[in-house]
Amino acid sequence: MATATFKIWRTHSSAPGDGTYQTFQTEVSEGMVVLDVVHSIQAQQAPDLAVRWNCKAGKCGSCSAEINGNPRLMCMTRMSQLNLSEPVTIEPMRTFPPIKDLVTDVSWNFRVKKGIKKFKPRQPDAPDGTWRMAQRDVDRVQEFRKCIECFLCQDVCHVLRDHNKHDEFIGPRFFVYAANLEMNPLDTEDRVDDLKDAHNIGYCNITKCCTKVCPEHIHITDNAIIPLKERVVSRHYDPVTRLLRMFK
Amino acid sequence: MPADATYTYDVLIVGAGGAGLRAAIEAANAGVTVGLICKSLLGKAHTVMAEGGMAAAMANNDDRDSWKVHFADTMRGGQYVNNWRMAELHAKEAPDRVRELEGWGAVFDRTADGRINQRNFGGHRYPRLAHVGDRTGLELIRTLQDHTVYLGVTVHMEHTVIELLLDGSGRAAGVLAYDREKGRFHVFNAKAVVLATGGVGRAFKVTSNSWEGTGDGHALAFRAGAELIDMEFIQFHPTGMVWPPSVKGILVTEGVRGEGGILKNSEGRRFMFDDIPDNYKPQTASDPEEGWRYVQGDKSARRPPELLTRDHVARCINREVKAGRGSPHGGVFLDIAWIKEKIAGSEEHIKRKLPSMYHQFKELADLDITKTPMEVGPTTHYIMGGIRVDADSQMSTIHGLFAAGECASGINGANRLGGNSLSDLIVFGKRAGEYAAQYARDNPQPRIDDGAVEHGIATSIEPFARGTAGENPYTLQQDLQDTMQSLVGIVRQESEMREAVDRIEGYKERLRRVGVSGGREYHSGWHTAIDLRNLLVVSEAIARSAIERKESRGGHFREDYPEKDPACATFNVSTRPGPGGAMQVSHVPLPPMPDHLKAVVEEQKS
Repeated sequence: MATATFKIWRTHSSAPGDGTYQTFQTEVSEGMVVLDVVHSIQAQQAPDLAVRWNCKAGKCGSCSAEINGNPRLMCMTRMSQLNLSEPVTIEPMRTFPPIKDLVTDVSWNFRVKKGIKKFKPRQPDAPDGTWRMAQRDVDRVQEFRKCIECFLCQDVCHVLRDHNKHDEFIGPRFFVYAANLEMNPLDTEDRVDDLKDAHNIGYCNITKCCTKVCPEHIHITDNAIIPLKERVVSRHYDPVTRLLRMFK
Repeated sequence: MPADATYTYDVLIVGAGGAGLRAAIEAANAGVTVGLICKSLLGKAHTVMAEGGMAAAMANNDDRDSWKVHFADTMRGGQYVNNWRMAELHAKEAPDRVRELEGWGAVFDRTADGRINQRNFGGHRYPRLAHVGDRTGLELIRTLQDHTVYLGVTVHMEHTVIELLLDGSGRAAGVLAYDREKGRFHVFNAKAVVLATGGVGRAFKVTSNSWEGTGDGHALAFRAGAELIDMEFIQFHPTGMVWPPSVKGILVTEGVRGEGGILKNSEGRRFMFDDIPDNYKPQTASDPEEGWRYVQGDKSARRPPELLTRDHVARCINREVKAGRGSPHGGVFLDIAWIKEKIAGSEEHIKRKLPSMYHQFKELADLDITKTPMEVGPTTHYIMGGIRVDADSQMSTIHGLFAAGECASGINGANRLGGNSLSDLIVFGKRAGEYAAQYARDNPQPRIDDGAVEHGIATSIEPFARGTAGENPYTLQQDLQDTMQSLVGIVRQESEMREAVDRIEGYKERLRRVGVSGGREYHSGWHTAIDLRNLLVVSEAIARSAIERKESRGGHFREDYPEKDPACATFNVSTRPGPGGAMQVSHVPLPPMPDHLKAVVEEQKS
């Protein structure tokens, strides 16, 4: 058992930046994660401390925060990974508007998803209404479907975080979502023009920050964004295709 | 104080896990207006935690499978106190419900010939669980969520329901809820209400359930006068994490055993071979070699004893620990690493088949499951009991009030088979949505009683009046969890359960003294105070029902009545509010099973 110091961001109002760090001291025992610490502070020192969480097992993606400046799930960050000789800071995700303390308004993400064309399967392969797909053909889609929608990739993406392009750019999470639809062997929809014009995939300059913070270790940049960029490029910017299109 | 806003829908669905979302899809497709309330953000519900798969007799991996075998397996697993009609509908409809998910974008693991792959699971005779690695729940909820958002369903995220509202005739009329973000009170007026609120795990100290599992639907329905049945039947999943303490209770999927994982005690003995119930002997492997062949897909082999029903495996683990043969942290060993003796490249194989488990132990316990056995022990996982519903329509004993998924009762009897919950959600979620929409079309908009709304609001904000001088809600919740865990847990006896009922009376008193300070915005302490009201109702129902069932059956094990009693196979224990609100316990006779289904059960006994 050791005592550690935590600096937790407490909001005064829901206006951006209106808050201060509050310092707490609490006992830390073996195996504890950051979310345990927040819970124990809540139960003993600050019952109105706001934190969003659900499964506490890294499966639901609710407890995203910035721990010592690193975007992480609080439930999957063990205290033993942190340097406890200095105060540990816990802050909300900065890319989204604050609600209270560690809780942010992530509703923008839910609106963005509705703007992406939905799954449209081909006619079933068998008379009983089912399809046939080989495992090797679904492997790459299954990688994208591991996403737990923690929005840490959105939090860290500089197009959103620093340039506030929320109205023009859908962010890494939704490129992964679009890739999952585009690469589903059954899907017949075409999202390539939308990716270029409505979702502005060109804004991404592949710094791979999103990939680094993904708790599910999805290769967001390499496996989702770059292949989608390639589809956009081969349709709109490839000279041979452009030439052929002129004669169509 | 009046409500801040009123929303009006044809069908209101409370809960956005698998059952709630599936009900929303069905109701929206029927052309009525649909409102969907979720306690958390959309897509975070506890369904996301389901790992192993969803059971449906599609016979993709073994063509001997059929709805009849699935039906008989479900009844046997439930020790024959299930609602036979629900078990029948479930077995017949699950294959179609699973297949349609693929048309909505779900991407299941495949067989060699490109169909949906199905895996073995406890109590299922043939490989039956459609799955995606060990994250099937995530696949289900995301598929339903992504399908729902295009259907015009209005989603109210982070809303908690405080009270179910009835009209003057006793028909469901809507709910009173509050939004966490601002702490505003909202009234939802609806012609039909579907409860899909999940389970009650948070009444116990060690649980696999997230914070949301506080029995809200159970308690809302009960307080409004509905009947709950089978509340004594709680499933303690045999394998939860036991170390480190902060993750105690987190689920370790049965899929580990389905892939060949074995249970051993501190002496290295594979103790599950020591105690195989008679009615499962014909289906259980006689030695480890046969068990291994079974998990490798050999159709002539029988299943290893690790894949017996969850109630049995949990009790065997409990016995080993009590006899002093447990692991260092009070569990037993679950070993999947041993398969390296059998297959080359076992480490990669394990990571591919059980990616979340690998990840979970690596990150939370610093343990590599491809090399080292895990320590596991029983964790409160699921409640078989719940709101009594009509099998076909899912309507409760209150008109216009429907229930589906874990908060409803009937399909599982005394013990649920792994994999039957996800299929339950989609089969009965669909039915609830369909019949709720029909009810909404056939009935006028009910009137909400403003007095009940104001009373509900006034009661819910009382803790603020008492401030920090009041009782700490977190402490009260911990005390309740300790009581339920130690007195109404996996092994029960009359005197302890009576003690629990007495203590619960005391907790009700203490709840009246709970106090919190600050504003209503995203206030977890206040929220806990609201949850506690529900937790106390379900805890009392569990304890009183468990006292009433004087035998051991499925998830209900009594030291003072250790045997199954055939006389108790004829009824469900029911709880409902009596005059003045006191809980009344009674027996309701089980509906008799028709002869053609009895024949199916007999046929499958060999």
